[in-house]
Amino acid sequence: MTDLSSNRRGVLRIYLGYAAGVGKTYRMLQEARQLKTQGVDVVIGYFEPHGRKDTIELTEDIETIPRRKLEYRGTVFEDMDTEAILRRRPAVCAVDEFAHTNVPGSERAKRWEDVEILLDAGIDVLTTMNVQHIESLNDRVWDFTGVRVRETVPDWVVRQADEVVMIDLPPEALMNRLRRGVIYAPEKAKQALQNFFKESTLRVLRELALRQTAHELDVHKMEKEEQTVASQATESLAQEGAPSPQPPDRVLIYITADPSTAMLIRRGRRVADYLSADCFAVAVQPAADGRGGSAQRDALERHLNFARNLHIETRVVRVGPVAEALVDFARLHRVTQIFLARSQQGPYVPVLGRSLVQQVVRLARDMQVTIVAERRQQKPVN
Amino acid sequence: MPGVITRPDPEKLLRRVQAEEEFRKRGRLKIFLGYASGVGKSFRMLDEGRRRRVRGEDIVVGAIQPYKSADIQEILQKMEVIPLKVIDEVPVIDVSAILRRRPQVCLVDGLAYDNPPSSAHAKRWQDVEDLLAAGVSVVGTVNLQYIEELRDRVEKITGKEVNDSIPLGFVKTADEIEVVDTPPEMCTETVEGREGEHRLTELREIALLLAADVVDHQLEAYLERHGIEQVWGAVERILVCVSPRVKAVDMIESGHRNAERFRGELHVIYVAEAEIAPEDQKVLESNFALARKLNAQTHTLEGEDPIHTIIEFARQHGITQIFIGHSTHESLWHRVWGSFVDRLIRQAEGIDVRVFPN
Repeated sequence: MTDLSSNRRGVLRIYLGYAAGVGKTYRMLQEARQLKTQGVDVVIGYFEPHGRKDTIELTEDIETIPRRKLEYRGTVFEDMDTEAILRRRPAVCAVDEFAHTNVPGSERAKRWEDVEILLDAGIDVLTTMNVQHIESLNDRVWDFTGVRVRETVPDWVVRQADEVVMIDLPPEALMNRLRRGVIYAPEKAKQALQNFFKESTLRVLRELALRQTAHELDVHKMEKEEQTVASQATESLAQEGAPSPQPPDRVLIYITADPSTAMLIRRGRRVADYLSADCFAVAVQPAADGRGGSAQRDALERHLNFARNLHIETRVVRVGPVAEALVDFARLHRVTQIFLARSQQGPYVPVLGRSLVQQVVRLARDMQVTIVAERRQQKPVN
Repeated sequence: MPGVITRPDPEKLLRRVQAEEEFRKRGRLKIFLGYASGVGKSFRMLDEGRRRRVRGEDIVVGAIQPYKSADIQEILQKMEVIPLKVIDEVPVIDVSAILRRRPQVCLVDGLAYDNPPSSAHAKRWQDVEDLLAAGVSVVGTVNLQYIEELRDRVEKITGKEVNDSIPLGFVKTADEIEVVDTPPEMCTETVEGREGEHRLTELREIALLLAADVVDHQLEAYLERHGIEQVWGAVERILVCVSPRVKAVDMIESGHRNAERFRGELHVIYVAEAEIAPEDQKVLESNFALARKLNAQTHTLEGEDPIHTIIEFARQHGITQIFIGHSTHESLWHRVWGSFVDRLIRQAEGIDVRVFPN
């Protein structure tokens, strides 16, 4: 590599699967090895062997950066040594388990944040993750698996990858692997077959992964087309007769302390992404007399933070009755679609007075209002 | 929907038993689907053959394409190969030799190949049918660009015309289908033009969505076989409810755009009312025509309670989003007890409701 490359951001490639054992790590290492035979300077930054013989064999002739040890509450944990990788400065670094949460006390909370550091330093990164780790799919995955996936990656992080590659395997073959003990030790395999590894679950996850990968390609395609259009537009500014494009979609999510808000944010973000819409979130400042208490305020703050982590612009408005404040804000910002949760109307539906949902639907007659349904009961974000 | 208990028809039962028997005797078909040549389909097929062989399955190679990389040659050395016959300079799989040998599994590269006119079948996939019928399982490869139904679309993207073809129907009969996805820069096929990589990306997308559709159908069949009710699948399904009193054109167009973006399904329904003015009838018909032009499925439903009718339809069709419009007038009764929109929102548990302006 020449000095010229020092300002360039590294290229990120994600190997996307739908369950443990589909072969993500194997494919990542295979490609790392191929790059090495082409003379590229490749290292392994982090690798989780899980006792899988075929995969371990692939690591044998690639340099591995030793993990660092961290003590937390008397237990020693091992994690990726980002500093050591930066010192070593390879051209390409393979990092397993993109969605991993770091040991408390690490510089960064998530492994994907460490990967950002590597990319910023101009190192190309190959990494692995499953579709169920994508933040906006969290509720849906919970709905049909009953498992609340805790290690998530925001959608925008996945979207900025230069390449998402689908690692496919038919569920039948995956379950055979599991039964043969290739993926987990027997006891864990038995447990897995009753949870995530139910055939119907695997089939849905696989379809989600296929569609998600296609969507990522779609987004890249549109971005490229926009760039082309933009550059053409600057070339011929005077061009006439071009059809005026449809006004862009703008999505507004209403944030409250209600536990359903996390689900609402994920859903709103996902719809906005698919429609290439701008996405905002707004909360109405709680009453100053301290009604609702600090737990409510904390929950509201947590939801605002969660939205910001998903790259949603947040605002807090201080005025008047909630429905009016919300709709006025929406009009002022040329919002085309407001997102509300059904349960945000409160525990009971008033017979004579109107619920918040009813009020907003009535007031916002010049825009779309989407009332998002609960999928089972909700758990708060951490 | 349950509710009516039906006695099994003995004829039907017999047919089902026969079908099951046939299915048991038939070989299994697995297809590796790639979006271009040089994405690694043949290698993946052989690698699977090699691994199955290590586990004790009886495997032969029935066809391999002429271009062989070093990896492929290495695996081939450890495998039993039944050589291709060459008829009129065209390679053809030797079905009778394979059937005499009777392996458990036969690997067949390039399922879309055409056979020369003098052979028993016009297409290689038809030879594969014979193997499957004889109880030999087949693991094969298909390049997306040779799927009959996709040819026009693919040719527009690649600018190349292809002769050989394989029907989508055959690909869908596969017991297992596995996508071989690879970044375009690692694929050896070159597509003409400045935008070569861009075009390969389009092909990739088609391959992934095709596989997703196949997987979705398999999922539905699986759920039905096992009597599992699952409302939330992987597909977005949008239901637009039209009536003469809403801005139906906007709603249908928005529904279409959303369905396209989500690669989902679009349904447009009208719940029939007792009396309808002739001019309203006309509007409805033109709305339905527009919906069908935009690939929506249209339905006119009957039911005493429109809300109940809509929600029942939504549940039966796995709808994830209902689009409704504000009604242009509101009676006193509605003001007291909540409008149609309010009541629908309240009752549409588990489904998103989007209310449109009028």
